Amino acid sequence: MSSKVIDAPRSNSAETPKYKRNKSSHSSFEMVAWLFMRVSGVVLVVLIFGHLFVNLMLGDGIHAIDFGFVAGKWSSPFWQIWDLAMLWLAMLHGTNGVRTIINDYAERNGTRMTLKTVLYIASAVIIVLGTLVIFTFDPCPAGAVIDLPSFCPVP
Amino acid sequence: MWSWVGHRITGVVIFVFLLVHVLDTSLVRVSPEAYTAVIGAYKNPIMGLGEAALVAAIVFHAFNGLRIIAIDFWKKGPKYQRQMLWTVLIAWVVVMVPFLIRHLTIVFSNFFGGH
Repeated sequence: MSSKVIDAPRSNSAETPKYKRNKSSHSSFEMVAWLFMRVSGVVLVVLIFGHLFVNLMLGDGIHAIDFGFVAGKWSSPFWQIWDLAMLWLAMLHGTNGVRTIINDYAERNGTRMTLKTVLYIASAVIIVLGTLVIFTFDPCPAGAVIDLPSFCPVP
Repeated sequence: MWSWVGHRITGVVIFVFLLVHVLDTSLVRVSPEAYTAVIGAYKNPIMGLGEAALVAAIVFHAFNGLRIIAIDFWKKGPKYQRQMLWTVLIAWVVVMVPFLIRHLTIVFSNFFGGH
């Protein structure tokens, strides 16, 4: 097998010859985050495989996706809840994953803080935006003419 | 080790896509025209190949994630981690082959065959 080895993060650099960051308090946050990655991961496998199968494999696949397709799905509470759960779990799972990568590779305290601040703001904006879109969505907007789902009243 | 590198890279790629995916889907709240126009811009072979690569990344991340869970929680997980990596790769091929046939057929037939 290959003999090339990638050093473990935080293990081998001029700036941090040994792991020496401040020991944080006796919080269980990291353990909860570790467990969350595994629990949300299992749920996301089901949610995302279902999402991909319905949107890409059934019917005309990705070619069929337009406004009417989305409107048809979100007229059902089933898909609203499905997509809401997928949004929150995937965003929190991804945010925590990127947080771990930032902690591993951004060695300066300032860099780490800055990157994580940007990450948290971006994640919060996307979660709030996505949640609002799912719940304030109107499948038959007034004045719209193209790609409406078939159940909209004819103008 | 390479599965660990692959898990990190696919994770970041999927996360970046997810941010964009929520933003483009949010256009349904603007107007049907805005959403359908942007989605229409995705409907070409280049994006179709990008979607295939994205699904490949998701399927690897999903199966390898389940392997990580098995290593962490199953008593014999660490002992069989290498066999489970082969299982992940085989399962990845088993899922990707039918997916690619179906998806690329849709992408290329609609693009070159017209509407």
